[in-house]
Amino acid sequence: MISLNDFLIVGAALFCIGLYMLLTKRNAIQLLIGIELMLNAGILNLVAFGKYDKINNGGQIFALFAIVLAAATTAVALAIILTVYKKYKTIDPGRVNSLKD
Amino acid sequence: MSLAQILFYAMAFIALASAGYVASTNNLVRGIFMFFVTLFALAGLYVLALADFVAVTQIVIYVGGILVLILFAFLLSGKETLDSLGQQKDKLISSGKIPGLILAVLFFGVMVAMILRMNADNLDWVKQAVGADNVIKPTDNSIKNIGINLMTTYLLPFEAISVLLMMALIGAAHIARKEPEA
Repeated sequence: MISLNDFLIVGAALFCIGLYMLLTKRNAIQLLIGIELMLNAGILNLVAFGKYDKINNGGQIFALFAIVLAAATTAVALAIILTVYKKYKTIDPGRVNSLKD
Repeated sequence: MSLAQILFYAMAFIALASAGYVASTNNLVRGIFMFFVTLFALAGLYVLALADFVAVTQIVIYVGGILVLILFAFLLSGKETLDSLGQQKDKLISSGKIPGLILAVLFFGVMVAMILRMNADNLDWVKQAVGADNVIKPTDNSIKNIGINLMTTYLLPFEAISVLLMMALIGAAHIARKEPEA
């Protein structure tokens, strides 16, 4: 029997690694990977608590929804990254500092 | 210590170690491939939390879809990306990264303190669920139940997410299209 606390601590550690990537990386793709890590930490918590909801399955179903949402955000974010790259020839968010005109 | 616990600690170690490698490496391609390992280990953790359907979905969508998409975007954005990575030659800990590191470690400390204080196994509703036998057991086949719930209790969020997926599809295609020469 794996304790719920263990799952929560692993989730917290993953979330903090994602936070660290988000704060220090200077490449939009690495920022995106950091966001994915944070999302996965959230999904891990949903799944761990979902074990105690056999009838309604709330945790697992919203974990599925979160995975689908992550896919949608990634697709849009990568389209934005490609457009930004075409215009600025860089994907460093610190150097993208002007609007369209 | 049971086999499940040993597997849990192994999976947790693999997930955290590969995530740490992704966060610390300066080689982006290597980082992306190590992210595969993190996602597979997380799928293993989902199986140990008795959510096999979510684990398979994780492998299909994350490993099969999102990561290939990230690699694709990386390869399309070309040489400049690698050059800008080469400029930040600094090691894991350099002056620019210390604030981020401190913030992440402090946040982790706060969260672990809260989790230990909350002691999730003794929450009221968890105890109630255990008392009412509302707990998924390793021998249960929960996929049928998930399908029925998805089409009855959670039909509205399901439909909302299908509309959102179509919006994301159209939006991504619109953003990434070639700008007409104006």
